[in-house]
Order: sequence, then C-alpha cells, then structure tokens
Amino acid sequence: MTDLNNLTLADARDKLRAKEVSAVELATACNAAVADSDALNAYCLKTPELALEQAAAADTRIAAEDAPDMCGIPLGIKDLFCTKGVGTQAASKILTGFTPEYESTVTGKLWDAGAVMLGKLNMDEFAMGSSNETSTYGPAVSPWRRDGSDAALTPGGSSGGSAAAVSADLCLAATGTDTGGSIRQPAAFTGIVGMKPTYGRVSRWGVVAFASSLDQAGPMTKTVRDAAIFLKCISGHDPKDSTSFDAPVPDFEAALSGNIKGKKIGIPKEYRQDGMSTEIESLWNKGAEMLRDAGAEIVDISLPHTKYALPAYYVLAPAEASSNLARYDGVRYGYRAKLQAGEGIHEMYARTRAEGFGPEVRKRLMVGAYVLSAGFYDAYYRRAQRVRTLIKQDFENVYADGVDAILTPATPSAAFGLGEMASADPIQMYLNDVFTVTVNLAGLPAISVPAGLDAQGLPLGLQLIGKPWEEGDLLNTAYSLERAAGFVSKADKWW
Amino acid sequence: MSIDKDTARRAAHLARIEVAEEELDHLAQELSGILDFMEQLNEVDVEGVEPMTSVTPMRLKRRVDVVTEGDIQEKILANAPDAREGFFAVPKVVE
Repeated sequence: MTDLNNLTLADARDKLRAKEVSAVELATACNAAVADSDALNAYCLKTPELALEQAAAADTRIAAEDAPDMCGIPLGIKDLFCTKGVGTQAASKILTGFTPEYESTVTGKLWDAGAVMLGKLNMDEFAMGSSNETSTYGPAVSPWRRDGSDAALTPGGSSGGSAAAVSADLCLAATGTDTGGSIRQPAAFTGIVGMKPTYGRVSRWGVVAFASSLDQAGPMTKTVRDAAIFLKCISGHDPKDSTSFDAPVPDFEAALSGNIKGKKIGIPKEYRQDGMSTEIESLWNKGAEMLRDAGAEIVDISLPHTKYALPAYYVLAPAEASSNLARYDGVRYGYRAKLQAGEGIHEMYARTRAEGFGPEVRKRLMVGAYVLSAGFYDAYYRRAQRVRTLIKQDFENVYADGVDAILTPATPSAAFGLGEMASADPIQMYLNDVFTVTVNLAGLPAISVPAGLDAQGLPLGLQLIGKPWEEGDLLNTAYSLERAAGFVSKADKWW
Repeated sequence: MSIDKDTARRAAHLARIEVAEEELDHLAQELSGILDFMEQLNEVDVEGVEPMTSVTPMRLKRRVDVVTEGDIQEKILANAPDAREGFFAVPKVVE
C-alpha cells in the first residue's frame, strides 16, 4: 500500500467515504511527512495537533455520512491567508508575531467543509517574487534536482512552499495565490497542477493584499480533478469582498468528461519569442498535437499587446501594493522599530518599514509610490491602465472569434537554481512571468498542467487560458491534456 | 528615464521607507532600470482608450449602512505592538 500522504485528493476522498482509511490516519501520515521535510523549508509553521483535532472531527462527520468532498483532506495553507489563532506573516518580518483574530473566507470555507490544516506554507515576501528567495524564512527548496546534481533548485514563487509541499507529498493539496503567475509558475516548476480562477470567483477577504485588482487565490494540486474539487469548495460570492462574483458555483468536477471534440484552441504567435528554448517550443508543439489528437481544432491567433503586459504589470502591481502595504506602519500589528531619544512618529514609520520589509518589497513600494506621485501618474499609472484595457481586448477579440481556450508554455524555462539569479538584472527575474501575467491583467482563468521533463530531468508545464467564468470548460480541456501527457514522474526523495 | 539621487530620496520618502544617504545612488540606479523597462509603454497608441478600472464589468453592490461587526475592540488591539487603555499607542506626534 502506498503511503497515505501520496494519495490524490480525489482518491483520499473516495477512501474516506468508503471507510478504507480514516481522516486521523491520513493526517498522521501527512504530519509525519511534514515533520521529516525540514530540508525543503516548505512549511514555515506546522500545526500537527490542530490537524489531528480537525481530522477527528472530520471522522465524526464521515461516520454520520455528512462529508463534503474536502472533509478530512489534509492541506497546506500559504502564509498569505489569515488563519484565526495561527500565525500569519506573509513571509515578512514586518508581520512578526501577527496572529489573526479572524479567518480568511477561503480557509473558512475549507474548514467548514471539514478540511484539515497541516500548517502554513513558505512563500515570497508579500507574494513578491518568482523564486521564494524573498521570504523572511529563507527560500523553500524544490524536491526536484537536475539529473546527477545535488544543487538546490527553486520551487518557483511566490507560492513556492505550496508547490514544494504538494510535489513532495507533504500534503494532499495546498492553497496558492496568483497576482502575476504565482500559482502557475511554481506548479510548472514542480510538476503539479496550479489554477488561477477568474478574477472574482474566489473571495479575497482575509488574504493579505498585494495588488487587489490582480490577486486571486486558487488550488495547487496533484491532478486536474483535484483542482476541480478544491476550486468548487473555495468559490462563491462573499459579501465581504465587493469584487467577488455573485453567481452559483458550478460543479467543476462534473465537467471533466475528457471530451474536447470540436473545441477551438488558440496558439498565440506573440508567445513564440526570440530565444525561446527548443525544449519549451517542442513541448508546446506536442501539447497542441495532443489536443488535436483528442479532437480539438488548433488555430493560430494573435494577441498583439502581449509584449506590453510585463511593463504594464510592473507599473500597476507596485502601485496597488504601495497603497495596500501602507497599513504596515508599526501601529496596528507586527513589527515596530526601536527609536532613539528625540525621535518621533515619522522616524517610527520610516524605520519600521525599512527594517520590516525586505529589499524586493521596499523597491516595489518605492516604484509604486513614484508612479502614483504627482506629475507621473498620467505618464505611468494611467497609461498602464489603458494598456491593460488593450490587453483585455486582445483576449475578448479571440474569444469572440470562437476560440475556447488558449495554449501556451507556462514558463520560459525549467526551474533555476537557488541563488542563480542573484546577480541578474531584476528584469530577468520578472521575465519568469512573461506567459502568465497577461492572464491576471485580463482577469481570466488559467491552469498550469505538468506536461513533460526537460533534458536534465526537470518538470515543464503548459498553460491553458480560458474564458471568464468558464473554469469547468477550462478544467475539462486541462483534464484531456493531462491524460494525453501522462505525466507521472516524481522527485526522488533526498530530504 | 533615468532618475537622480534627489528623486530616489523623494520616492523613499513617499513610501515612508528610511534609506541611508550612502545607499541613494544605488537605489536611483535600481529604480532607473525598472522605469526604463516601463518606458516601452510609450510605444503603445492609447489614444481614445479608456483606462481599465474594474476587472469585471459589474456594478458594486450596496448594503445598508449599519454596523455588521462591532464591539471587538480587544480583538482589534490584540496584535498592536503597543496598546494602552483601549487605544493604539504611538510616539509623540505634536510637541
């Protein structure tokens, strides 16, 4: 029998309902895997007792035949989600000691459904990063290694701890958040499934805000089916988030027929970039062939403003962040700097923020404040908002032409080594998001599906982008791709 | 566009982040690199294009203007670095 922590969410659900395993057994197996995983630094806070307590309650519900899909499923929770009574720091020193008095809507829905929390997961500070290296806890480490090498690789970011934990079977699934690719890029780097829902599908309430018009929480799972089950649980209107979508939540799992006959899949020519690695290009071509073999029609499309997505994002996201992160001032929560005699509140604000935020966050907050400042607002922020309109229209146009989904690579490369980008230009790091960021700007749903290994034995992912509110259809296309790709590789355990 | 030391100092001040005088040159250089990258946006013809202010075209919901969650002073102050007598305490603001 395989270790219980290796189960998929769907298999665990079925076994729990069939009384083949108990939630306590499942939580115990996961707690043991988590306890033995410190080399991965995926968990920044472990909650084994809470997990057992919640699992016992789940077993009672299962016995009473009152078990929703997520009942008894052990999860890891990204440190960006406020969890009542359990430390939440967004991987930042500035939130040292912060223990929320309330529960985020997403985690609240999960606990209401009977899910079990194993702990909080490492991430880039305030979700700003693509390698998990900006975390105050130090980077999470990918369970994957290049063939014949023991160099530590990034699990991606910002949801790097989530990706490492799911990939290494340190939980059955995890929450992630995605502002520019922070679910999909780490999922691709670690050979798992990661989905960003349509903006507004999932409530942002209680999720530490980065860029409110771009942030969206979503599932990080071992399979597409697991993503469908997880997404259904966390979706829905929330009066506490005025941007959440007020419509019934479909049964996403029921949409997984695997039949994509007649679906039109677009291949955007602008994503075929100069200098794209041949491995990525051939994976992309293979993915298109797989979908064609499954009965889909492959069409060339154009998204002409793609090139401007990254620069627009790096105006808009820091601008929103500079406003959202103004709240960290040493007054209401977290860290407060020590003052010298004679210093006052202004020194307290500026020193608290200098000492409490890491370098990447400080840089982005200064960029954000600058592009919003008098004299530059129109030139940068307003212009970026207009470019954002054009990027969204690019997608609206291809969907109006009958395209059902768009296939692209998830990342420009496989995972890189921790520290390898340290001396690179910051723009180089930002380029990790080149295939994912357009989706956040347009508010669309998208999913990263593991599709193959590169020559060094590292996972590569493909991204499918769907129409707004049609996650069911998107998941079904992803399910078809997943079955055709047949990705089953796992990292060899070294930790 | 390249930004100078004074502009870097101003950006730091606007963000309320203390930056030592000797770090300002490096900061100016870093910010310039990022702003240069943003300059690409000037290539786009945005004439007549509305700025995107709402991701989903929807009207924000209204609700009755009443207290929905009140009487939670203790919870609100629970995480404060310095709370006294029901208030957030801060260093002296006015002389």
